[in-house]
Amino acid sequence: MRIAVDLNRCQGYAQCVYLAHEDFRLTGQEALTYEPNPDDERRLQVERAAAACPVQAIVIDRLDGAEGSATS
Amino acid sequence: MTVPATVAELVREFRANGRIVIVGASLAGLRAAEALREEGFTGSLTIIGDEPYEPYDRPPLSKQVLKGWVSADHTKLPRLREVNAQWRLGVAATGLDRAAKQVRLADGEQIPYDRLLIATGTRARQWPNPDEAALDGVYTLRSRDDAAQLQKALAAPPSRVMVIGAGFIGSEVASVCRELDLPVTVVERGSAPLVGALGGVIGEIAAEMQRDHGVDLRCGLGVSSLEGDSGGHVRRAHLSDGTTIDADVVVASLGSIRNVEWLEDAGLASGFWGVGCDAGGRAFDVNGVITDSIYVAGDVARAPHVLYEYQFLAMEHWDNAVLGAEVAAHNMVNLEPHYRPHLLLPGFWSGQFGVNIKSVGVPPFGDEIVFTQGSVKERHFAAAYGRRGRIVAAVTFDHGKWLEYYGKLIEHSGPFPPPPPGWDQPPDMKPIPAEFPQPGVPTAIPDVVLTGHDPSERRAEFRSRPR
Repeated sequence: MRIAVDLNRCQGYAQCVYLAHEDFRLTGQEALTYEPNPDDERRLQVERAAAACPVQAIVIDRLDGAEGSATS
Repeated sequence: MTVPATVAELVREFRANGRIVIVGASLAGLRAAEALREEGFTGSLTIIGDEPYEPYDRPPLSKQVLKGWVSADHTKLPRLREVNAQWRLGVAATGLDRAAKQVRLADGEQIPYDRLLIATGTRARQWPNPDEAALDGVYTLRSRDDAAQLQKALAAPPSRVMVIGAGFIGSEVASVCRELDLPVTVVERGSAPLVGALGGVIGEIAAEMQRDHGVDLRCGLGVSSLEGDSGGHVRRAHLSDGTTIDADVVVASLGSIRNVEWLEDAGLASGFWGVGCDAGGRAFDVNGVITDSIYVAGDVARAPHVLYEYQFLAMEHWDNAVLGAEVAAHNMVNLEPHYRPHLLLPGFWSGQFGVNIKSVGVPPFGDEIVFTQGSVKERHFAAAYGRRGRIVAAVTFDHGKWLEYYGKLIEHSGPFPPPPPGWDQPPDMKPIPAEFPQPGVPTAIPDVVLTGHDPSERRAEFRSRPR
């Protein structure tokens, strides 16, 4: 699965770190880094993390790569 | 049929069967495509990108990718809906023929459009000496490939990294180097890191932060040349004060260049600062007259902003790409009076040395700064920027939750110094000069000249200049 975090919106509440610590990490008190391509096995945790985000900053792939990497 | 009925029929027809071409396959291009489908556009959609990759996210490149936690090919952007587009990836747009309504591609093909969205963004400014830039071990950081290569070089590991330029990218690279325990020297022409974006007062704090983390920071200096060994690998840099630094990885973080060269003969208001457009994303032509079929979004767009005296602002920010694309897409398939403006309050963030730096508004528009919350010593604070008694921007270090408070004040043209938020106030709340450098003059050579003496024939003409 693919995710992106709108770090402009993110305010470092760290709910995602609490719920999916393998894919979200804080460096210091507020600076979030994350795995943009979590294992599909962890989809449930990542979806919970996204749902729990107080500012809804986590964007999750809604297509699951259905539209692959078509070129030309 | 009445005129309004005919127009409505034309819009319906365009939404059903029109041809839209998006040039630029990054964040703005992808979000625009999704928004067009969301708006009910069912015609043909072509997305052109010069890189061979489907749209990917850039912020992780200078952070988790460089650190080696995430691989560069893991940064593909989430897809929010089907876009059913023809993707032309790995081929650059090289020209625009507005009369024939066609985009010219590097492989010689011409793609016809009814409406065009320009979302070509920016690229990294390369080290100016081409021979030195071609040395092994000299990098820039903008694309996925850049990040993958630089990450590999940092993992080697090098004996010392030199970063030229202490803007956000340069500072983030230096931060990652220290996290990887690599010796790093940062050379910055200005008086401190981040000075252009946040001013000298905040720059001093950023400088201390770098030094506390073991960065060898040299400000007020330039790099005059890079020296390679017999194998063509960079080994040494000569600085403007006559000293040298031995380094085997050099990262040139010299800012960005807008990708407008392909528009040179198109007669649009494009140039050094981007492509001029109105707040609805409609491009201006070279005369400053609005076009009806060409739109601009993302880093390359430059539009007047109401809050900043209608100055034309180009914003290289993530949410500007997203929201600008959505507004442009909406306006592409609607008519006046249903146009929407893109009136984003600019905002950006950076994670470096374990601190979350965020800003809202346009700090360089201000000339004074006041610390309003927290403690500078603990690097946990908020500060506001003002101009002529009005708050125009704010910056926070590990104080992001308060940014919205300042954003609201800025949007409502609140007073400067701002009313104290009543929480965590520092003892000294006296405004001081923000110490921004004088705005640089990019060039004395005009891009555009006026032609014709008869008022009815007076036109502007684009003059390409040597680059």
